[in-house]
Amino acid sequence: MTDFFGVPLPALFGQLVLGLVNGSFYAVLSLGLAVIFGMLNIINFAHGALYMMGALFTWMFMEYLGIGYWWSLVLAPLSVGIIGIAIERLLLQWLYKLDHLYGLLLTFGLALILEGFFRHLYGVAGQPYSIPDELSGAINLGFMFLPKYRAWIIFASLAVCLVTWYVIEKTRLGAYLRAATENPALTQAFGINVPLMVMLTYGFGVGLAGLAGVLAAPATQVGPLMGSNLIITVFAVVVIGGMGSILGSILTGLGLGLIEGLTKVFYPEASATVVFIIMAIVLMFRPAGLFGREK
Amino acid sequence: MKLKLIALAVTAALATTAQAQISDKVVKIGVLTDMSGVYSDIAGQGTVEATKLAIEDFKAQAKPDFAIEVVAADHQNKGDVSSNKAREWFDREKVDVITELVTTSTALAVMKVAKEKNKLALISGAASTRITNEDCNDVTVHWTYDTYAVSNGTAKAVVKQGGKSWFFLTADYAFGHSLEKDAAEVVTANGGKVLGAVRHPFPGSDFSSFLLKAQGSGAQVIGLANAGADTMNSIKQAAEFGVTPKQSLAGLLMFISDIHGLGLKTTQTMYMTDGFYWDMNKETRDWSKRYFDKMKKMPTMVQAGMYSAVMHYLKAVKAVGSDDTQKVMAQMKKTPVNDFFAKNGKIRDDGRMVHDMYLVQIKKPEESKYAWDYYNVRATIPAAEAFQPLSASRCPLIKK
Amino acid sequence: MNANRSVQIAYAIGLVLLLIAPALIYPVLIMKVLCFALFACAFNLLLGYTGLLSFGHAVFLGSAAYITGHALKVWELPTLLGILVGTLGAAGLGWVIGSLAIRRQGIYFAMVTLALSQMVYFFFLQASFTGGEDGLQGVPRGTLFGLDLADDTNLYYLVVAIFVGAFWLIQRTIHSPFGQILKAIRENEPRAISLGYDVAKYKLLAFVLSAGLAGLAGATKTVVFKFATLTDAHWHTSGEVVLMTLLGGMGTVFGPVVGATVIVSLQNELADKVGSLVTVIMGVIFVVCVLAFRRGIVGESIALYKRMIGEKTE
Repeated sequence: MTDFFGVPLPALFGQLVLGLVNGSFYAVLSLGLAVIFGMLNIINFAHGALYMMGALFTWMFMEYLGIGYWWSLVLAPLSVGIIGIAIERLLLQWLYKLDHLYGLLLTFGLALILEGFFRHLYGVAGQPYSIPDELSGAINLGFMFLPKYRAWIIFASLAVCLVTWYVIEKTRLGAYLRAATENPALTQAFGINVPLMVMLTYGFGVGLAGLAGVLAAPATQVGPLMGSNLIITVFAVVVIGGMGSILGSILTGLGLGLIEGLTKVFYPEASATVVFIIMAIVLMFRPAGLFGREK
Repeated sequence: MKLKLIALAVTAALATTAQAQISDKVVKIGVLTDMSGVYSDIAGQGTVEATKLAIEDFKAQAKPDFAIEVVAADHQNKGDVSSNKAREWFDREKVDVITELVTTSTALAVMKVAKEKNKLALISGAASTRITNEDCNDVTVHWTYDTYAVSNGTAKAVVKQGGKSWFFLTADYAFGHSLEKDAAEVVTANGGKVLGAVRHPFPGSDFSSFLLKAQGSGAQVIGLANAGADTMNSIKQAAEFGVTPKQSLAGLLMFISDIHGLGLKTTQTMYMTDGFYWDMNKETRDWSKRYFDKMKKMPTMVQAGMYSAVMHYLKAVKAVGSDDTQKVMAQMKKTPVNDFFAKNGKIRDDGRMVHDMYLVQIKKPEESKYAWDYYNVRATIPAAEAFQPLSASRCPLIKK
Repeated sequence: MNANRSVQIAYAIGLVLLLIAPALIYPVLIMKVLCFALFACAFNLLLGYTGLLSFGHAVFLGSAAYITGHALKVWELPTLLGILVGTLGAAGLGWVIGSLAIRRQGIYFAMVTLALSQMVYFFFLQASFTGGEDGLQGVPRGTLFGLDLADDTNLYYLVVAIFVGAFWLIQRTIHSPFGQILKAIRENEPRAISLGYDVAKYKLLAFVLSAGLAGLAGATKTVVFKFATLTDAHWHTSGEVVLMTLLGGMGTVFGPVVGATVIVSLQNELADKVGSLVTVIMGVIFVVCVLAFRRGIVGESIALYKRMIGEKTE
């Protein structure tokens, strides 16, 4: 077995794969944040809580209704999306004319409500969710042991990211969306129902969070607090990438996951903070973010 | 036995006539525990029920002339929450004794407040040996077990089976550090070798990167210096990443509730050390059935120990006829603990209640005949060996 | 003159209430309220008067709590010196975080402060001097002028003195020329720049001042409770201080005090009765404030009062 700077290769690749798994979550979540921000000018603090709900719904479907993983993969993001649409119609739409900070504050309140509610129901301890039979077990790659489920997370997240990117950048629907982002009034004048698009965008954005939640359910414990710490890291990812571009947020998410994985190999003490340190450095030299433009 | 009882009754009567000093005629017990977090199965509501059972039995047996009240609260495994609650209970609610205190940080926090307010703390769930060493005081009793007691038996047994090289996966707070340290000492003392350790946040959910480290170490045995849900997750994820069965896991602190949650298929043939098993004899079975009727689960040692501690405390209050902390404490230390949980248990001056512990091996699924039939008790570790000897104590109260 | 007079009367009544309160209410609870009120006032200096929403202010509360705890326990400094060291430490940290964060504006500023505070939180979690999850326990309260501060009543008057002093300092700052420039930045940053003010410098100064005062609150809190824990530095606490200020009324003098009093007493009353639902209640208050009650209790009361006496609002 060979070494790489004194680190055995299996350990290095293992951590890199795990980094990529985390990076996939960062990518899907920051993508959702970017899509919502582009359209609503709101930073969705409830994103972590909605991610948690995606996972919790998956668990509840199984526990109470006997619905398995594959159906949950569709149903849970859909449910989260519908809840998102309700949130947008009932609460967020009253804030569009105010300072953007109020959107952050409102969604922060929402995050507290959702987190507290599920904590009340299930306690802080996680609920276990088993890996679907088709994906259990591992592939021995010779240089490392790759659990099939982790590979699936990476594959599924990348697919979702690419489809989203394609829809927004390459289709007619995406063109309307981008137009509405640039100039809502003008787009409305062209006969496009902008409020409807805003609503659906929010629903789609949080649906992505819900999907990430489903993917996470078998890999970690499903618990009410799983989203809140993750979302702060994702905020840092968003600041690093800048929210200007869809592809930018995907790449930043994956890249930072990998860097985190490397840190776990070479200097594990910093693995929790490395993303924030990078954010500080980016702020010093490129305040608008790697892919952002200063407005 | 009878003579002793009479003697006790006489002393009690004398003491009562001399000075009946139970403030407000009420003894108030505060159960401060983890009601919703990772340790709620080990301790939690079950310890409140165990406390109530003890009060029920005490009332039936001793017919006390004082009332007994129980208050309970969730400390969320946080030191500051516990400390605030303890202060408030002692200051405003006239609580006489705070019990349970799973997680070391909450126990250490409450012990300090108890000392300051001169009230009692009876600890069942917390595990660190710090409680009776560096941080010991004269108002605390550490009742059920500690990291020394549980790691001692298990680590010794595993090393003897040939598991010579160890790597620790440790929960990053006082309890985990204490468990790792105690186990590592046992491993090296028995001719084993410790290759390293990695610390994970508490409570953790994703242990994969830590397990990869453990895997990379090449150690034969991965010692899990964590507890509750953390241990259960580590065991599950170890299987996912192919760590087991190439390397074997040793749960240094496991409870019967963990075995129940993981199932015998995953845990079979593992060794662990426990302070109580419901299926030992008629006494333990009788009490555990009563507990089961209330909680629909068999008791862990923390819950059974809770009963024992509260009972012993109430007997002492009755005997001295006062809820004065120092008097009750002296009485508790003077009297041996005898109930279904402990035989001839003794409270030492460092606050450690010493009693027999049991080395058990988890049954194979086919050996289990009825519900909760999980353990083969392999050895009884006598009280004198089970706990850290006083000669090694770092407690300032112990004069050498 | 009239308005001035009523404010003065309000101050006097408040002070008298503070002085006699420990006879009526559990002093530790009032001290907790005062610490959080000071924390919220410090935060309000930034949000209400400079228009900067810091979403990581708990880290200043927490860092001062740890530094003071360490200073009193390990270095065995006198109590007041320990509090001072903690306050200066928080101000120093405020300078570092502030200089990075003011590079972005609005929502980004909030996210950057949140992320940087999370970084410091992880540092506290891992550093050995904080005791990690166990917290820094057993901090001695010490003595002052021969008075034993272990006695709750003695300590209470020290806390009142600290609070009143800091509150006075904040009022002076707001009404000073410096405070006027801050308000100008809040109202219209480009105009302040075109008037020739070094806006970045003023923002940073406000940030450092606010961080230092938040630190003073944290340091005092450590002395009261004898410990410092991770909760102090957690983002939940950052959210709480935003809520206190919002509920009481941002940009008002008494708003944060009212908000802190309401939130702390609410948490204290409800914690045992509803358990984890406290978080839900906090969240609901947040949502209601943002949607329908943006001026907060004090702001709305002032508006109501002005309407009643027939003055035109705004």
